[in-house]
Amino acid sequence: MKPTVQHNDRREFLKKGLGIAAVAGSVTALHAFQQDTVVEETGEMVKLLSPQGEIVEIDKAYLKPIPEVHISPEAAREGIPNRRFVMVIDLARCKNLRKCHDACEKMHHCGPDNEFLKILKMQDTKLAAPYWQPTMCFHCDEPPCVKVCPVDATYKREDGIVLIDTERCIGCRFCMVACPYSARTFDWSEPEFPLEVAHQHYSPETSIPHKMGTVSKCDFCPDVVRQGEMPHCVSACPNGVFYFGDEYEDAVSNGDETVRLSDLLRDRAGYRYMEDLGTKPRVFYLPPVNRSFPFEEDEFTINKGHEHEK
Amino acid sequence: MKNKTSSTSSGKRSDAITHDLMPRPFGRLGHIWVGTLLVICAVGLYFYIEQIRFGLGITAMRDYSTWGIYIANFVFFVAISLVGSLMSAILKLSGAHWRTPLTRISEIIAVASILFAALVIVIDMGRPDRFMNVILHARIQSPITWDVIVISTYLVISLLLLYLPLIPDLAILRDHHKDGSKWQHNLYKILALGWSHHPEQEKILRRSEQILAVLIIPVAFGIHTVTSWLFATTLRPGWDSNNFGPYFISGAFMVGAGGVIAAMYVFRRAYHLEQYLTDKHFDYMGKLLVLLSLVYLYFNINEYFVPAYKMKAAESAHLEQLFFGSYSPLFWSVQIFGMVIPILVLMFRRGRKPLTMFIIAVMVIVGAWFKRFLIVIPTLSHPFIPMTRVPESWQHYMPTFKEWVITGSTLAGALLIITFLSRLFPIIPIAETIEHEEAARKGKPILD
Repeated sequence: MKPTVQHNDRREFLKKGLGIAAVAGSVTALHAFQQDTVVEETGEMVKLLSPQGEIVEIDKAYLKPIPEVHISPEAAREGIPNRRFVMVIDLARCKNLRKCHDACEKMHHCGPDNEFLKILKMQDTKLAAPYWQPTMCFHCDEPPCVKVCPVDATYKREDGIVLIDTERCIGCRFCMVACPYSARTFDWSEPEFPLEVAHQHYSPETSIPHKMGTVSKCDFCPDVVRQGEMPHCVSACPNGVFYFGDEYEDAVSNGDETVRLSDLLRDRAGYRYMEDLGTKPRVFYLPPVNRSFPFEEDEFTINKGHEHEK
Repeated sequence: MKNKTSSTSSGKRSDAITHDLMPRPFGRLGHIWVGTLLVICAVGLYFYIEQIRFGLGITAMRDYSTWGIYIANFVFFVAISLVGSLMSAILKLSGAHWRTPLTRISEIIAVASILFAALVIVIDMGRPDRFMNVILHARIQSPITWDVIVISTYLVISLLLLYLPLIPDLAILRDHHKDGSKWQHNLYKILALGWSHHPEQEKILRRSEQILAVLIIPVAFGIHTVTSWLFATTLRPGWDSNNFGPYFISGAFMVGAGGVIAAMYVFRRAYHLEQYLTDKHFDYMGKLLVLLSLVYLYFNINEYFVPAYKMKAAESAHLEQLFFGSYSPLFWSVQIFGMVIPILVLMFRRGRKPLTMFIIAVMVIVGAWFKRFLIVIPTLSHPFIPMTRVPESWQHYMPTFKEWVITGSTLAGALLIITFLSRLFPIIPIAETIEHEEAARKGKPILD
């Protein structure tokens, strides 16, 4: 499906897209609604894409609001219909500001020992300049972690996202060993939260509250994506490093600009980390060429031989 | 086969054998031994309860070194349990009758180790309370599911291979064991299943043992191959190897033979079984251990030399750490004391004497345990992505005291089971020993 209108605001764009999903998902509910209750039309019309692919205009009053519902562990297995999420990370723009990391840590209530997102110093060869690489779960299309899970606690959804149900996880950590990107983290001790988080209903889509003895990782923030928002790392980055979007729509946005995914990857020589492993990540990188910033060491990498040859 | 019209002399002889091999109460040393093991188990249990309350955080495992000595210990237990199939099946089917006095020792070791392998894997689980998920939500794609299937199958067959040859002995104990307590006598009576040494019974028993002996070989290969696949099915350097299945199995047979030799020596000393566990048995076991060690050496060369020749970037960091880096003292000690020296010593007849072999066997067992450590742990300290912004302790896994104690207590627990089984049941099969002696005297072929 290709976007018919040019949208510069990615947020609006996602919302409309999700509107489709809402219509598709609540067609029967809409009918029932129309039969049972009389609603006052507001006169304000909205354009929507019908499940058949036609643009329809209906009164706003007939729209079923997207409820901020709790997605149960069972419902979370379904995924968001008709979407296929993808991320592109522009390495030329990353300055190791760590805003993405901090936002992620805050929103997912990860302690410093449970990072969903790491910013790694990479250096492909001795002669090439080092660069910063934000790294998280790549939501692989051939996920080695999902393959080895003995209890189906971690699974691949139709929308491309790999999630973990920590109410089912037995804590064997085979997935952590199987993941070549060390994207997964384990709650070795009882995690501590503010009271309101501790009492929150658990959902694999929010990954909180974490549970002792289970595995967690980057979840692509499906809870906020459902609300038409961007994942926290994307919206937190002031340099527009992260592009997030839908492969079906062939569009990704970093909040400032929305671009065609296929054009971006073709023109900027997009690649995936360790492609040769065959895991087919859903996170692409744009090579660190024509950089916006010079590379600066931070206190953890300086004087340390962390150069990593690909 | 027991001859009903046996002469008086052979009757006396079988009485003597029965008397010699009857399980006996522990002496003073036995009590100290059991007491020590019980204390270790109790302390281990205490720390395990702490682990359940406070999480795996009491261990040194963290996100990168996410598997530690629990898993190494698991691999060790699975490995040593393969000895049951070696002695009761492979040697049986190849007609090595000298193995008879060693079969029960091996099966007891096999049952105790496989039980503890299962227990250790539960100890390693972050959520042991959800163990039933392994069955309720089992996914057949996962090598862990395969492991659950083969290990439980192996446990059942091993228990049968321990129990079935024990039935005639249990009948002998039922009829002749006088000084035991009442519950002990009742136990023998119930477990003997009304055995009356009838030829028809013996025929059924013999056939069942034969079937089990054939069945257990693929299952034994299965448990250790699948265990090796827990590592080999991942993409990690050091584990990503096609050699892993046979490498693990050959190592398993080697440590298993070492285990039997050590146990033979201890039982021989403790129960004065010099007449039954003769120097000849040590000699044969020594030769067998040399053979198995040479096979393991061969797979080691494949496992380390071939990737070291190529030195692919990802492999080289791992291999350099083993050969020259922080793990090199352990690596070379294990290879030299746990494999090369045993081969060299046992190749010579003078090296195949009971005490020497006991020392060598202990070296083999200790070496084998640390070999599993070297297989499991160094690989995880070389992830593909660089390890940054993590505490120093995350980069070098060094097990905590509590972790060592819990691990030690599982080893003590396995020894405790072996000790108790040897206290309750004849450690050398009585009925089979009598049978073989009679057959030998009459020049008849041994039915095995």
